[in-house]
Amino acid sequence: MLALLRKDLQIELRTKETLAALLLLGLLTLVVLSFAFDPTSELRVEAAPGALWVAVIFAGVLGLNRSFLAERENDCLQGLLLCPVDRGTIYLAKTVSNFLFMMAAQLVMVPIFVFFFNLPATAALWSVLLSLALGVFGFAAVGTLFAAIAVRTRAREVMLPLLLLPLVVPLFIAGVKVTAHALGGKALGEVAPWLNLMVGFDVMLLVVAWLVFEYAVEE
Amino acid sequence: MRKATETLLPAATFVAMLAAIYLVFVYVPSDRAQGIVQRIFYFHVPLAIMTFVAFGVVALASACFLWRGSRAWDRVAYASAEIGMLFCTLVLVTGPIWAKPVWGTWWTWDARLTTTLILWLIYAAYLMMRNVSGPGEQGARYAAILGIVGAFDIPIINRSVYWWRTIHPAVLITREGGSGLADARMQATLGVCFLAFLLLFMWLLWVRTESARLSDVVDDLRRDILTQ
Repeated sequence: MLALLRKDLQIELRTKETLAALLLLGLLTLVVLSFAFDPTSELRVEAAPGALWVAVIFAGVLGLNRSFLAERENDCLQGLLLCPVDRGTIYLAKTVSNFLFMMAAQLVMVPIFVFFFNLPATAALWSVLLSLALGVFGFAAVGTLFAAIAVRTRAREVMLPLLLLPLVVPLFIAGVKVTAHALGGKALGEVAPWLNLMVGFDVMLLVVAWLVFEYAVEE
Repeated sequence: MRKATETLLPAATFVAMLAAIYLVFVYVPSDRAQGIVQRIFYFHVPLAIMTFVAFGVVALASACFLWRGSRAWDRVAYASAEIGMLFCTLVLVTGPIWAKPVWGTWWTWDARLTTTLILWLIYAAYLMMRNVSGPGEQGARYAAILGIVGAFDIPIINRSVYWWRTIHPAVLITREGGSGLADARMQATLGVCFLAFLLLFMWLLWVRTESARLSDVVDDLRRDILTQ
């Protein structure tokens, strides 16, 4: 698994394609959403967590699509499947690499987000990053499974968001809640049910996806 | 067995549905508080329950298909998803018709409403994926995966939208049921409606599964002839 993970990371470090695309799309989404709200209004601060999560999800869908498109070129996926490893291991490696890419993009995006939305920064950054990490992990867990599927259907760019977005609604709601809470400067203890929900979602869907991934890549 | 199902099931559905319509429009008294519009409830609630049953069947049949690899299970899952989608759409249509006069709004982001809407979106994607992945083994497997993952996801979605709405100040806390069904005639009507829609579901499932089976048979024959 570590070898597979290293392969993905190495490719990324050499080309930096996915990461750059993720970051730019995330930023663009933030900027476009900023136009949707009056810059002087109080509403802006309330809408900020939602804007961040929409940006995360749009950028995420793009990144996930790329992760299997790259394998499709030159039949790399075929080669991966011929490796003497469990299919579940391939899934886990892909999920972790997708998670790492998205989180790397978040690390840059969050400060810019704070900057654009003129938020009281510093205090809550760790809690915001925690909620992002939980959300992005679940997103990567479901997304990797469905990216593997969508890439082999006819309408692949369209299919992934159609399949993925309704399924990750819980993460989105919980993520927005926790982020809003953290930005409000309140303790994380109050949103413990939401954090539990995200952890539960992550663990359950990771296990289910790990079990059925085999069927998704079979010829 | 097959002959019996083919004649008895539609006949029973027909009778039960006629009875249900008679009971709903003629026999049952109107709700005192909500008036005549409350009668839509007798179709709305059985449809909603059957939607869940249908999507449950999708998940079970999908799991059996992945486990056993038999095309028959896949046909059941596909047929059930189609019917579930139809019922779910009807639930989303009948709901607002009732909600407008009673709640004063067509739609509210109540937990149940939101869950149903997301359910609709998931299975719309399911049906669309069956279309774009074409016929054959692969598309069936992909759909089965979505059927299973969806079934695991639905409880969490329900939980999350429930909290989402209850932490916020709720615009409307009114819940259907509970108060309305004190009258024995109302309960009887609801019971008959349940039966009617259960039969309708079973019959539709049978018809769709059979037609899918026959089209598979035709495909096989065509392939045999072409390869000869």
